[in-house]
Order: sequence, then C-alpha cells, then structure tokens
Amino acid sequence: MAELRANSPCAGALPLVIGSVMAREEDLGVITALLPYRGRETALSEALKAAHGMAFPAPNRATGKVGARAIWAGRDQALLLGPVPDPALCEHAALSDQSDGWAAVRLEGAGAEAVLARLVPVDLRAQVFKRGHTVRSQVQHMAGSITRVGERAFLILVFRSMAATLVHDLKTAMEAVAARG
Amino acid sequence: MRVAGKGVLDRSRSVPFRFDGVRYAGLEGDTLASALLANGVRLLGRSFKYHRPRGVLTAGSEEPNALVTVGRGGRQTPNTRATVQEIYEGLEARSQNAWPSLKYDLLSVNTLAAPFLGAGFYYKTFMWPKAFWEKLYEPAIRRAAGLGALSGLPDADRYERAYAFCDLLVIGAGPAGLMAALVAGRAGADVILADEDMRMGGRLLAETQQIEGRSGQVWAGEVLAELAAMENVRLMTRTTVAGAYDQGTFAALERVGHHRARAEGQPLECFWRIVAKRSVLAAGALERPIAFADNDRPGIMMAGAVRAYLNRWGVCPGRAVTVFANNDDAHRTARDLVAAGVDVVAVIDSRAEAPGSDLFEVHRGAQVVGTSGRLGLEAITLRSAAGERRVETDCLAVSGGWNPSVHLSCHMNGRPTWREDIASFVPTPGAVPGMMAAGACNGAFSTLACLREGAEAARAALVELGRSVPPLDLPATEDEPYRLTPLWAVAGKGRAWLDFQNDVTVKDVRQAVAENYRSVEHMKRYTTQGMATDQGKSSNVTALAVLADATGRGIPETGTTSFRPPYSPIAIAALGAGGQGKGFAPERFTTSHKASRERGAPMIEAGLWYRPSTFPAPGEKSWRQSCDREVRMVRAAVGVCDVSTLGKIDIQGPDAGKFLDFVYANMFSTLKVGRVRYGLMLREDGTVMDDGTTARLGEHHFLMTTTTAAAGDVMRHLEFVSQGLRPDWDVRFTSVTEQWAQFAVAGPKSRALLNELLDAPLEAGDWPFMACGPVRVLGVAGRLFRISFSGEQAYELAVPARYGDSLFRALVARAEGLGGGAYGMEALNVLRLEKGFITHAEIHGRVTAYDIGMGRMVSAKKDCIGKTMSQRPGLMEADRERLVGLKPVGAVKLITSGAHLFAKGAEPVRENDQGYVTSAAYSPTVGHVVALGFLRRGPERLGEVVKMVDHLRAVETLCEVVDPVIFDPEGGRMRG
Repeated sequence: MAELRANSPCAGALPLVIGSVMAREEDLGVITALLPYRGRETALSEALKAAHGMAFPAPNRATGKVGARAIWAGRDQALLLGPVPDPALCEHAALSDQSDGWAAVRLEGAGAEAVLARLVPVDLRAQVFKRGHTVRSQVQHMAGSITRVGERAFLILVFRSMAATLVHDLKTAMEAVAARG
Repeated sequence: MRVAGKGVLDRSRSVPFRFDGVRYAGLEGDTLASALLANGVRLLGRSFKYHRPRGVLTAGSEEPNALVTVGRGGRQTPNTRATVQEIYEGLEARSQNAWPSLKYDLLSVNTLAAPFLGAGFYYKTFMWPKAFWEKLYEPAIRRAAGLGALSGLPDADRYERAYAFCDLLVIGAGPAGLMAALVAGRAGADVILADEDMRMGGRLLAETQQIEGRSGQVWAGEVLAELAAMENVRLMTRTTVAGAYDQGTFAALERVGHHRARAEGQPLECFWRIVAKRSVLAAGALERPIAFADNDRPGIMMAGAVRAYLNRWGVCPGRAVTVFANNDDAHRTARDLVAAGVDVVAVIDSRAEAPGSDLFEVHRGAQVVGTSGRLGLEAITLRSAAGERRVETDCLAVSGGWNPSVHLSCHMNGRPTWREDIASFVPTPGAVPGMMAAGACNGAFSTLACLREGAEAARAALVELGRSVPPLDLPATEDEPYRLTPLWAVAGKGRAWLDFQNDVTVKDVRQAVAENYRSVEHMKRYTTQGMATDQGKSSNVTALAVLADATGRGIPETGTTSFRPPYSPIAIAALGAGGQGKGFAPERFTTSHKASRERGAPMIEAGLWYRPSTFPAPGEKSWRQSCDREVRMVRAAVGVCDVSTLGKIDIQGPDAGKFLDFVYANMFSTLKVGRVRYGLMLREDGTVMDDGTTARLGEHHFLMTTTTAAAGDVMRHLEFVSQGLRPDWDVRFTSVTEQWAQFAVAGPKSRALLNELLDAPLEAGDWPFMACGPVRVLGVAGRLFRISFSGEQAYELAVPARYGDSLFRALVARAEGLGGGAYGMEALNVLRLEKGFITHAEIHGRVTAYDIGMGRMVSAKKDCIGKTMSQRPGLMEADRERLVGLKPVGAVKLITSGAHLFAKGAEPVRENDQGYVTSAAYSPTVGHVVALGFLRRGPERLGEVVKMVDHLRAVETLCEVVDPVIFDPEGGRMRG
C-alpha cells in the first residue's frame, strides 16, 4: 500500500548562505501550544519542570535548551518545542498540536542581527535581546516569533503557509547586508 | 579650478564621469558640484519658471539650483542635488528643465514674460475660458515649468528598510555632534551618530580654524577614529535624519548606493526607523542669501560654500572673487582665499562699522545692486557713498548671516523662538521630548561654543539616562563673536530672488501683501515660496523678513510656516522599501499548491491565500468549460478540493460549550461528542458576522471552522469576548489553521474514494451526515468530518500539514480512477449556489439572520452576542430585503452579481429599487444561470417575475423568484 510522504515547510528553499549569514530549516520535533487554564499557571510550570525540565516561560522569555525548549508565544500561551508532551500537563492546560503549523528557520552568523534589523521592528541587539529572550512581532509583513538561541543565532517561526515569503524576505535582507560588505 | 595645496581629498585618485554627455575628471571625495566647479563648469541648470541660467549656490543638501538627473531608464533619479551626489567612475548626470540645451534654452523667453508670471499667476491667468485649463494651459505649464522627470519605467533599483535603536541619537557630526557623541560614547551609552555627508566633520571640513593646535579636519579625524573603535557607537554617514516623531522615533534616509556603481543585491537607499531614548540635534546652520537685483546668476554663491569648496575640495569657483555680506563671518572667505593665493577683488559689507583688512579692500556701508553676465557672472554693480560703479568679478560670495537648522525641532508641531541678537530662529527647548539642540543649530556659532554645547547636551542626556557623567574637558579653539546687522533685501529695481528653486522674488512677496495675502501661510501659497523640493531652506527666513517689512510687523509676530518632515526629499521608493514585487504582501500557499500548479491550475487570491480556480483538462479553452466539467464530475462521481484555507480554531476548557453558546446564535453545548453542527455568528449589532461548522471532539474540546476571509476577524472576536466580556470563563483557544491540510471529498463516489485510503474502510451506515472523528489514512492519524458544501455525500479529510501534498496527490489520482478529479473555486461556487449555501457575498456585513432565512437559528433558549440588537423592530420587518433564488425566464439568460432588482413593469430607477443580486453562475446541473440575491419581502414572492437591471454592464433580464435551494431541495443526496 502507498504511504503518505512528509514535506517540511521550507523543503527545497533552504539552506541559504549569503555573506556571513546562514539560514537553515530547523526540525523542532513536536510543537505543542500550552494554554494554562485559569489559575493553573504555577501548577503547569511545576508539571512542566517535572516532565520536561523547564519552567513555563514568562512573557518574552524562553526556557529550556536545545531539544526541549518552551517559548512564550502570547498572552497565557507558550510553545513547547521538542518533546512529546507529558499527558500530566493536560490537567493544567489545554494542549494543541502545532507540529505542522510553523515554518522554523535558524538564522545564524555574524550578520544575523543586521539581517533581522531589516525585517523586525524590535531591538534585537545582543545587549538588549539576550539568549533566552523571545518576542512575538512582525517579520516584514508576517506575524512571527523570534527567539535568540545563541550568541549569533536566532530561531524564527512564521505560519507554515508563508514559508516561501519568509525565505524570500530573509534572502533579500541577507543579500542587502552582504552587499554592504 | 583646483587650488594648489588646498583640500582634504586624495589628489592621486582621478575619477572620470559625464555631465550632459561630456567627459570630465574629478577626484575621489568630490561631489558632482565640486568636480564641475573644478572643471570650470558654472552653468548646471535652468530655473523652474523663468528658465534662468543657474549654477551652484551652496555646498550642501540645501542646494536649490544645481539639480541634475542621474542615471537612465529604470535607474533614473531626477532632482539629484549636485552638491550631494558624489562622483564615481561611470557616473552619468544630465541637466534638467532645458530645451534644446542648457546653453540655448528656448523657454528662457519666459523671463521676458515675468510681469505675467508673478505672484498668484496661476490663479489669475488661467481662470478663463474654463475649457482652456485642461486642454491648453495645464499641458503648456507642465512642459515649461518643472523639474526632472521620472522615466515612466518600473524602478530597477532595490530599496531597503531597517530599524535601529540607541540610548542617544546625535543628529549631525560637526563640532557639536562629534563632541556630544564623544562624551556619551566614552560614558558607555549606546550612541548613533548620523550625518548626511559622505564624510563626518561638518563645518570643520570647510574651515581653517584650529582645535588643540591641529586643523579642524585632523581633530575631527581623531575623534572619529576613537568613536569608530567604540563598540557602543554606531557611525552612520550619508544618513539624513529626516523626521522626528512620537516616542523618540526618527526617520532617516541612508544613501547606500548612490555614490558607486551598482552592485548585485545592494540597495540604493535604506529607510531607517531609529528609536532613541534621547537625542541631540546638532544639525548646524544654513547660510542665507541677501536679495538684490539679479542675484541668481551662476557664479553667485554663499560665502560659506566658497570657503567649503576651497578648504575641503581645493576648488575655487572663480578667478576674481568678491564678497558681499552683513557679518564678520563672511570676511573669513576673503582671508582664506587670499591665503590660498586667489585674487579677492573686495569685501562689500553693508555695515558702516565693518572690520577692515590689510589683505583686501573693504567697502563699508556698501551694497551690491545689480549683476551682469549671460550664462554666468561677469560683473556686479556696487553702490556706496561714492555712488554706483561696475566691478568685474566672476564669483560673488554672499552672506546674509546664518539660519540655525531648527527643522527637526519643529516636526512635532513646535514653533521656533526668534533671537534678536542673531536675527534668527532657534529651537524652542522641549519642542521634541528628549531632544536637546546644541551648536550652530542652537544659535551657538563659534567652534568653542559648539564643542561646549555638544558636550553639555550629552552630559544632560547621560544624567537622564541614569549614567555617570564624566567631567567636562573642552579642547582649546576659537571663540569669535558672531557680529551681524540684518540686511534682507537691497532696495532697488529689478528682480531680487528669494526662493531660487521656485523663482520667487521680493516683488512677488510685496505683490502678495498688496493683494492682502498678508499671513505667512497665505503668502507662501500665493507666491509658492518655500514649496519647492528644497522646502525653502535658503529662502524662508529672508522671505519672512521681507513679508514682515511689507506688512509693518516684526518677524516674531509674522511667525513661520510649519516645518514638516522630511528634512530633505525622500523617494517614494524608499518610503515603500521592501514593498516591490513579492515584498508587497505575504503569499500563503496551501500544501496542495505545487501539485495544483503542476496541473496547470490558474490561481486566484483569497485574502493572502492562493487557491486554484479550475483544473483545466486538455482541450479546454475557457474556465467555463473546466468549471462545468468539474461540477458535473462532483455530481456524477467524486471531486477533491483543498479547503485548508478555512480558519480552524481549537477551543478547549470546562466552559468551552458555554463560550460557544455565547458567541454563536445557535446552541452548541448540547452537541454530542463526535458530531458537527452548522453555526451562525452575529456581531454585537445583530448583523451576521460569519458562519461555519464546529465539531465536538471531546467533552471539553471543540474545533471551530470559519470562512477563509473572516478567519482573522473571528479569532480577534473570540479573544475580545474571552478577555473582555467573559474573563471568568475557563476556556482556551488557539488557531490550528496551519496545522491541518484538509480536503473536501464530494460526490456519490466519495466513500468509495475514501475507502481506498483509509486504514479502516467505512461501511454504509458509518459516519452519518454531520459525524466526525479520528481516522487513520495510509497509516497517518487524521480527522474525518461528514459535512458538505456541495449538496453531495461529502467528507472533509484532515491530516497534519506535512502530509498535505502527498495526500492531495493520492486523493486526486484515485478520484481520477473513479471518473472524478480535482475541482477548484469556480466549481465550488457553482455547487454551493445550486444548493443555496451562503458565502460572504451574501453575509456582507449588512444582513441579519432573519434576512438570510435563518432567523430561527437565533436560539430562544439562551443569550448570545448580537441577539438583543438583532431583535430591533427595524431588523425584523417583513418588508426587508431577504434572501431568494433567481432564475432567468425571458429571452435574456444572463444574471450578473451586483445588478439591482425591480418590479417587472417598474422603471429601473433608484426610487423603485427592490433588491440586488449577490452571486450568480451558470449551473450545468439545471442548465441555466442560478443566482442568489436579496429582494424586498422576497420569500413571500416566490413565483413572481421581477426585472434585473445591471446599469453598469447594460444587462436587463427577467427573473423568476425561486427558493434559494434549486438542486435537491430535500437534501437526500447529502444525507444519503
């Protein structure tokens, strides 16, 4: 019998290396939206620590590390990136599978900040936007999520359907930064 | 010509360029203006209205005269200031507004017609006959008057937009700005120093005074080297801070590519948005001319500009230079020229008490009253106590004093303050929150005063930023007083120019006053003074003074017009940077996009989504052929359609049912798990907001579907209800539109098709109409919904989006094996019209549930958003326009959406309007056009023949009013 083949959102379009910056698609594993029920934020945070080793993130913060990360994603909302969520979390929060909903791109390199300064209207300089900081903002015209995951590395999420536009916008900005030398 | 030993550019690097087709050589670091002056070219353009010969007036971005067009075709940039444009190998510039050539411009006859082209000439001359304006006057004026032209081709250059943030933005890198940046930088603050010039230093590059025993240029170079080495300081050259806005936000334009040959990927300009906690305005000052007869000839320049060309670029614009001024500062020009070995004819100073000199002749209490020379200055007429005499000179350096560049301080509606001692306006403190003015832009004109004010502004900013403030340590330099006696316009006959770019003279301002345009705002509009691309940078204050004099008021009482952003012109292309081509809006693609394109499907845009309109089969020549085939295919066999674009909202929580009862007009808390229900959502005002199906996946778990168009609006509405109206309810929701790829499988063979893919095939009794639940499709966990938008037995099958492409291909391939295939939006529309299903064409924001025949869906058992308002008497009247179906019954078979409905015998005029058509399409199933529309008392008029009139498309059709559901009204096919 035939099988269904899986495609990643940016398949065929990434990686891109232009100048000092590389953009590549990131396989984040399972993505789960965590939406704590009323008054259950602390309990959810405890359960999250016990099950996956990270607290529920405060606004504009990310917790955890590579492979198991939680990033703040809006009011009373975080995205758990990596692990299959422990069923114990369901007691404290609505869980919604979003593994296929996001295009995830890692942007890395000496010019990564300069590239994002052309797309995101938020101060992402290292002294202000440190590792473990995240923001929901625009990426050019798209609503997105930007998280600093390294000294010179960012994780960018936009809706899956806009993956082609994300690649287009990143490429344009990367070329402009590279052309300045 | 170049002057030996002068200038701070690299003499070893010759740069070739072209102006009006002629090849010239300049030096690296030259502007087009300095290079042309070095080559002895004085005539650069023709004036706007009178086509007078014009040359370089200034050495900066305020230049009103020397405008050129750079580049060709899609890369043509008109109105480029030659004083800003840097030369590079391959630069091609052309003069503007001259025909057939710059030297022999036929339209210079306009200057003879000057009496008719004065103030208000547009308003007076072209009043009559009325028809002449459009046909004769306007085209003639557009040809004669005007600046450079656009190419008419798409802009071939790239533009970019960028954001920057800092503690302190320092605007201008002259002595005050450099000092401010240095103090703040050393204290560790994040500093952005922005300057419009290619090289930082401001007037230090143009003057000869020393700082700490070194030349100003050397001192500036040392400071810049120190700043460049600081990680917390960002130097932005060629960057004009163009506007000041709320919250410490500034607009700035960086010229990235104008000064070099085009490189791949490189933007021409970058439009910056800079957000700064504090700012220092160190924008310097602009020298102002004195108005005297024929003061606009090439060779007449600002005294400070002559110094700049000499000291910075090593160029002297003339062989025998005369200075005309009302202040001490301009005497420096004569001193610097003499020191450089240039012949200075005389300094003509309007003040009786002007200082003398051993180096050159000084005429005290004297004025220039006229000039001569056809394409450039040859002589001036000097009037002194001894009478009038002609003086041969080819360059006249003029100074009427300096105007602080207060512009940015006024961008948030602030007005500048008049200072009598310097006869100029200065920024009003606090006019832009967080901004401090320092240096010449604040009326401090000596180098020492600039350094001191820059340092003090930075120290004040540091205090406000909560940083430690270093002790003040000022370098030693000149601190000469600024002495002037105002002289705005020299009395006498002849035209004395104020606004060079718009050709406005002293006479024009006086004429405006004579005609009672006495307010500064009226004078400006009547004469057009200050309304050219230079926004009156050189002319505003002088024109004000002339106006004040003519009206007998003082200058502060006369006031200024508003300074508005941008400080200097910005191309629309830069403002809209990133919006060209695919940058205009994001494109949203479904997972089946690639496969659909491979099948040749033309795409239509639905919001940001791209959806296939049809899937043309070989031999089909029109969309109608494809559409008809697809409709028949669904009715007879099976069709597959991507419906992933519909909004999907995952709703969970103990109060989820209650929440849905509140946001939907009908009841949802009673829905059984594993079932789907159609829901109607009202706005607070009682009109219909959206419709769609909601499935109950679990006791506390629902999946709401919205229309494609309203997905975002519904999400926002739910957030508002949850956060604002019922924060006490425990319900959580998030969009899962993007998570699932969902396909409609519709037609009598839909179950057969599904059974080829589902791990557990469906039996006839399984999955009754409106059932839902989990399934496994080719080994992947998915969801199946038994819902129908076509009236056929139909399902929607959802899988995680990563499998969407693969599942779509599998479904279509197997459907084709069953005599079916993919169908697009056109067929989907026909199928739903045959069934009388509504879309946003019907629920367009002005109709109620009652109007669409769903009044009874508004549950009587509970409250919901919009319920109360929907029951207003006016919204319940039988006389309202209500939903009906229409079919053509006369000779004309066409029904068009947007057409209006009238009683059969009535005249089709507004007063007789009875309704309108919302959707129409040809139905291959019933063999005629089917349509939906709203008709007054519609449901009571079934069987009546009405007249449809489309006034725009000139169509008139007799239609029978029918039930909206034309095909299978019992719904047996759908439930079967």
